[in-house]
Amino acid sequence: MSVPTLPIESPAASVAAPSQYAIEFDNVSIAFDEKVVLSGVSFHLHHGETKAIFGVAGSGKSTLLKLAIGLLPADSGRIDVLGDEVTAMSEEQLFELRRRVGIVFQESALFDSLKVFENVGFRLMEEHTPPDEIEHRVREVLRFVELERTYDMFPSELSGGMRRRVAIARAVITQPEVLLYDSPTGGLDPVTSNTIIELIMKQRDVYKTSALLVTHRLQDAFTMATHQFDPATNQMVALPKGQLCDVPMSFLILRDSKVIFDGDAHQLATSRDEYIREYIS
Amino acid sequence: MALELELISPFELAKDFALAVQEYTLLSAQSLANFFRRPLYMADMVQQADLIGFGSLPIVVLTGLSVGALLALNAASTLQRFGGITLIGQLVSIGMVTELGPLITGLMVAGRNASGMASELGSMIVTEQIDAMRALGTDPTKKLITPRIGATAFMLFFLTIIADLLGLIGGYAVAHLIFGLNSQQYWTSVWQILVFRDVFTGLVKPVLFGFIISTVGCYYGISTRGGTQGVGRSTTQAVVASSVLILIVDFFVTKLIFAFFGYR
Repeated sequence: MSVPTLPIESPAASVAAPSQYAIEFDNVSIAFDEKVVLSGVSFHLHHGETKAIFGVAGSGKSTLLKLAIGLLPADSGRIDVLGDEVTAMSEEQLFELRRRVGIVFQESALFDSLKVFENVGFRLMEEHTPPDEIEHRVREVLRFVELERTYDMFPSELSGGMRRRVAIARAVITQPEVLLYDSPTGGLDPVTSNTIIELIMKQRDVYKTSALLVTHRLQDAFTMATHQFDPATNQMVALPKGQLCDVPMSFLILRDSKVIFDGDAHQLATSRDEYIREYIS
Repeated sequence: MALELELISPFELAKDFALAVQEYTLLSAQSLANFFRRPLYMADMVQQADLIGFGSLPIVVLTGLSVGALLALNAASTLQRFGGITLIGQLVSIGMVTELGPLITGLMVAGRNASGMASELGSMIVTEQIDAMRALGTDPTKKLITPRIGATAFMLFFLTIIADLLGLIGGYAVAHLIFGLNSQQYWTSVWQILVFRDVFTGLVKPVLFGFIISTVGCYYGISTRGGTQGVGRSTTQAVVASSVLILIVDFFVTKLIFAFFGYR
């Protein structure tokens, strides 16, 4: 796998005090039957930061996202999201927290019996938002992902890439404070993958949303670190060599159920760890 | 590839069974409690009532007519030998209203809807739609399970009444057309033999059966593991378990009502 040359000279600056983390994992472990998936995982995500999470298949990347919003209960450790202790909350309390967090699932997870506008506006309908406002906001967010024409279609009528974009629209319609992306480019062709990454970048740069991005495509994360969304041209543009995007971008690598790297692009590029060097080469 | 057979100890099987019973009980209790919590998804309940109730109508009409007619046909040959053909209306009436109407309707609806619920919810599990719903801040037991329980129990009550009526009509057709029984004689005996206990038995059972069908179907649906193969397995298990449970509960409810109201 080839990786773009990193035009990085200095690490990204930390933007928030420790008490202001959007997400904080402290010594979190989880096992399914006999298999330990995550063991003693600790990291934090600052407000406004985007953290890309890497690891081979089965390393617990998706599990980590599900733990973050309480879809899975941790066996031990503590998870805080937006100041709430997820690991101590009941399912009823978690429903409230989840309204402030958006998630894009690996296979989109669109409701196949609902049309695109019902999928995207699901959360608003649940909150009994007036129908006119729902339609307005759904159309607006579908324009954001450039899929307004799919308003009345069923998910089965969409391509894989379009489904991911609809899933992103569904996740961002309420402008959540944190976004979790689970392999948003997995199984997509390079052109469609770029479109998805551009959308994620647009969300990051326009709305400054904190995000965890699970991916196994290193180039996606490096593209995000070295490009910025330009609202004037409505597309991403490469930053001059040595300049980083305004929004902090960091990287986390999982191996054998543990975190083996957590740092910025500069630290990743200069890591001396054999496994990491092999991984990014 | 060599076929590997894994032997499971009886202790493990018993543990799994106890766990399944515990999870089923918790799910059922939570779904019932949801009737008293907001939001109550009335639109979803009406939609499910349409799918379960009106969707099952053709099969209930056919089975109700057939069972009533067959009951009359089989009973008539015996009654005729003792010169008691006029009692045919009583026999069909008691048989349909207290036992066969609720039981056959329950089993038919179980075959049609427990499998439907298990496959629908199972597919949603394997495609992460249930997780997506939870992630969007919606409780799947409130949105998906409680409306199905309410709709099934409500509609099975009325479907059973329809099945009972059609069973009586089927019995009448046989008694009148084949055995030449007078219409008034038939319908009078049908009406006169029924007492409060019979009607009560016949109307309590469908509510219980509806609860069993929906909770078992939903339980197997949301417990689905192992992709599309798992969905198929859940569907089969839901039909088998709900049918067996209906038969068991039917026996005990009948016994209980007899104990409470006394034998005829």
